[in-house]
Amino acid sequence: MSPTQTIFPSHPPLSVKQLSMRYHHKPVLTDVSFSIPEGKTIAIVGPNGAGKSSLLKGIMGLESIIEGEVKFFGEDLNRKRLATAYVPQREEIDWDFPINVMDVVLMGRHGHLSLWKRPSRIDRDIAEQALKDLNMWEFRDRQISQLSGGQQQRVFLARALAQQANLYLMDEPFAGVDVATEKAIIELFSQLKQRGKTIVCVHHDLNTVGEYFDWIVFINARLVAAGPVEEVLTPENLAKTYGGRLSLLNDLTEQLYRSKVNKIHDEGA
Amino acid sequence: MEAWNLTHSVSMWDNLAAFWRFEDINALWVLSGSILLGMSASVIGAFAFLRKRSLIGDALAHAALPGVMMAFLLFQSRDPVVIFFGALLSSFVGFFIIDWLPKNTKIKPDAALAITLSFFFALGLMLLSYIQGAELENKSGLDKILFGQAAAMTESDIHLLAYVSLFILITVALFFQKFRLIAFNRIYAQSLGISVKSYELLLALLIVMSVVVGLQLVGVVLMAAVLLTPIAATRYWSNQLTPMLLLASTIGALSALISTQVSYLAPAMPTGPWMVVSLSLLFMISLFFGTNKGLLKRWLETRALRKRVAEENILRTFYKLSERQQERESFSMADVQGMRNMQASQLHATLDQMLRKGLILSQSGGYRLSESGMQQASQLTRRHRLWENYLMQQAELSPDMVHQQAERMEHILTADEETKLQAELNSSHADPHGQPIPQGKGERHD
Repeated sequence: MSPTQTIFPSHPPLSVKQLSMRYHHKPVLTDVSFSIPEGKTIAIVGPNGAGKSSLLKGIMGLESIIEGEVKFFGEDLNRKRLATAYVPQREEIDWDFPINVMDVVLMGRHGHLSLWKRPSRIDRDIAEQALKDLNMWEFRDRQISQLSGGQQQRVFLARALAQQANLYLMDEPFAGVDVATEKAIIELFSQLKQRGKTIVCVHHDLNTVGEYFDWIVFINARLVAAGPVEEVLTPENLAKTYGGRLSLLNDLTEQLYRSKVNKIHDEGA
Repeated sequence: MEAWNLTHSVSMWDNLAAFWRFEDINALWVLSGSILLGMSASVIGAFAFLRKRSLIGDALAHAALPGVMMAFLLFQSRDPVVIFFGALLSSFVGFFIIDWLPKNTKIKPDAALAITLSFFFALGLMLLSYIQGAELENKSGLDKILFGQAAAMTESDIHLLAYVSLFILITVALFFQKFRLIAFNRIYAQSLGISVKSYELLLALLIVMSVVVGLQLVGVVLMAAVLLTPIAATRYWSNQLTPMLLLASTIGALSALISTQVSYLAPAMPTGPWMVVSLSLLFMISLFFGTNKGLLKRWLETRALRKRVAEENILRTFYKLSERQQERESFSMADVQGMRNMQASQLHATLDQMLRKGLILSQSGGYRLSESGMQQASQLTRRHRLWENYLMQQAELSPDMVHQQAERMEHILTADEETKLQAELNSSHADPHGQPIPQGKGERHD
């Protein structure tokens, strides 16, 4: 062990303990717990409606959670904001918005800028490097609606890169992108890993998950399995994840939420 | 004000001249105040527009009405500051109801907006009719805030209007980056740890403020148009937010100038409708003549495309004709129409145009391709036949179907794409119908 590690005991970049989320009375995720190692690529995998994006949003505090604890490098998110970058789904925004590529990437610097400060020369240099890393520098003055789907995704990744974080949480970066972009993302992953960064992605292509990622978290409303690819990418785990939800489990959880028992149960305690 | 009532009977020209000599210092104040309002309302309205919350301004303006009336009733005063805070308060109550209802009940946002808007407006109208029936001093002119009346504004009204408008413009300039970030991608802004809620509250406050000070000028009913029309118009001129905001504030200022003028020339005219009509005219001008997807530009582009396609189609027809009947020197219009469905008038016009461009030559009562026409025609034919081959190789289609597709594709393929197609194909020299593929430049072979 190197001396720095003994002085600062290393915490996992992300650990989730008993996280539960719901939409009105419908359980979305229940009792999800896992923690991930540093410097790896991690895929969150599961069928449609399994709660993958919700998990990411719950972790980032973008959707409310009913119970659970999320730690970033052993701390609350607010103390590790600058070390954490989030890449939302491409479909979630209006690409007709009047803005060009450079200005979108500069948004990645706003976590560092207070109140009415504008991006400085240094911020611009960082954004420039991020765009170059994703082969998008020549598009810097392009209005974003004039980009292809893959180029839009690369702009989002460049924006996250400009945050210079240690942990990256990405919602389906591979969805609907062209081959060139897919290659660019893989290249980016390996560069980030070399610098000891950690990447967590919602991913739904089972054909590539073993090749692109070191670790998998299987989700289907609950945690099915989490661990290194070679250990958890098994037919049993795939069957459990994709073999339909445990309907009785979910029905009863929904009943529990409707009854408000879980709200009043511990009131006297 | 009094001076204006006296000169009312004088001719319009004298009025206009007097206005621009600024003999009445109040006229200058009203003018600059309304221009500032036009600018600030269009700038702050832009953010509501971009966040797809366009109707919020309309609802907030209506929600201000009962506040104005209550303030007047409680304090028995027309002091602009009293009225301002009354309106601000009731607008904010309206804002929170609109915000709270969809989050905590099954009512959707559009319904929440409509219900709140009508309720507050009705409440305001009830109070207004009560005031008009009651024995109160100073009450005349209160009904003017329904449609706005620039000429009825007092000096202190204008001062408040100017200060608030300046405050709005400065605040937007300061927080521009954050406002744009939140309007573009709210969830991402949240993930950066930016307190999105406070900025949204600030945006709401600015909109409420601009609505409230605009009431006397534009009126409750029409305020929304002043917030939204300018920015909507700028979409036809630019794709960048900063120039759009500058242009929107110019449009706002211009409409304010026009309507204030009218209000002075004909004091019986309400300002609000004039402002909205002039805004809408500016919007229509943008819609038709805008350089960024304006209707005229789109129409011209379609027309140019139609002409080009017709021309290229006839080039191809000549190519095919001379391919099939190599012994003939020229072809008649009937020959062309035999192979290409086209009305005689359009065919005539296109041929004339091609003659002028030197693509075809007139010869012994017919036409034939010139050197440059031949070059273009063989390039088109090459692209057509390459695409046919490519489709045959890549998709399960009959030769008939690939021809139909290639008829369209030939017009849009570029030299670059042509090279790519060539590279993807094994070097075949004939199309699926057995016709030879003309060679591209620099790769002639024999």
